[in-house]
Amino acid sequence: MSLPTDKIGKTYPAETYAVGREKIREYASAVGETNPLHHDLDAARAAGFPDLVAPPMFAVVYAGQMLGPVLFDPELQINFAMLVHGGQEFRWDRLVVAGDEISTTAEITEIRQRGELAFYAFRTDSVNQRGETVCVGTWTNIIRGVPAE
Amino acid sequence: MKTGDQIELKVTPDRYVTVRYAGASGDFNPIHIDEEFARAVGLPGRILHGLWTMAQVARAQTEAAGGPEHLKRLSVQFRGMGVPEQEVVVKGTVRETGDGRVLIDTVAEQGEKQIIRNAEAELSL
Repeated sequence: MSLPTDKIGKTYPAETYAVGREKIREYASAVGETNPLHHDLDAARAAGFPDLVAPPMFAVVYAGQMLGPVLFDPELQINFAMLVHGGQEFRWDRLVVAGDEISTTAEITEIRQRGELAFYAFRTDSVNQRGETVCVGTWTNIIRGVPAE
Repeated sequence: MKTGDQIELKVTPDRYVTVRYAGASGDFNPIHIDEEFARAVGLPGRILHGLWTMAQVARAQTEAAGGPEHLKRLSVQFRGMGVPEQEVVVKGTVRETGDGRVLIDTVAEQGEKQIIRNAEAELSL
């Protein structure tokens, strides 16, 4: 089969995520973050932040909103049952705090085949309510069992 | 931090961490939360979310650096499968420093098995 490589460069419209204080606490607890900046409002304010600070990996929550629109895009022909998460990169430009509204867009950056594996990568760009970039993510997914060309 | 310095973080994910992480992250793929489903698709049982393990790699960096503001970039490759109730060991080695930037090569292991490899973190100190 041939992969839909003509979809490299396809973009997906922004989804906006409102960052909540209790969601930060819930996420921080689930990953074992004990830094008071993620749990204790007084500590966060004493450190100069307006509210609780999200751990950097909280990007999976606000930018992860784009996973559905991309992976279930029928034009990409992804066999979801054979999908594994191969790699992940995040670059953080500034911290996210409770009360922020983060808008994330996505763009397909790579579709290629190697043997019976198909590699699909997309980039997410997340900006806060002031238009400042907070995080750029690169999500690499591998589809197994793709018949060789 | 200087070249060759080591960082380490050890954490044992409890039996239900995948359930809490599913709720916290929104990733409810049943291979992480449903023992029967996981076995039915050929897995040994429920497996850890790769991004939970990546969060442990991130935490190893931010705890070593003194806070979340220091982590500027993190890239990882997921390999193998992590499982609950077995200790995860994150090990990093400072590869390069300069201009207030530190690069740390990191892996995450369970026993003999690497579950994250080729992780590279960039810190600003």
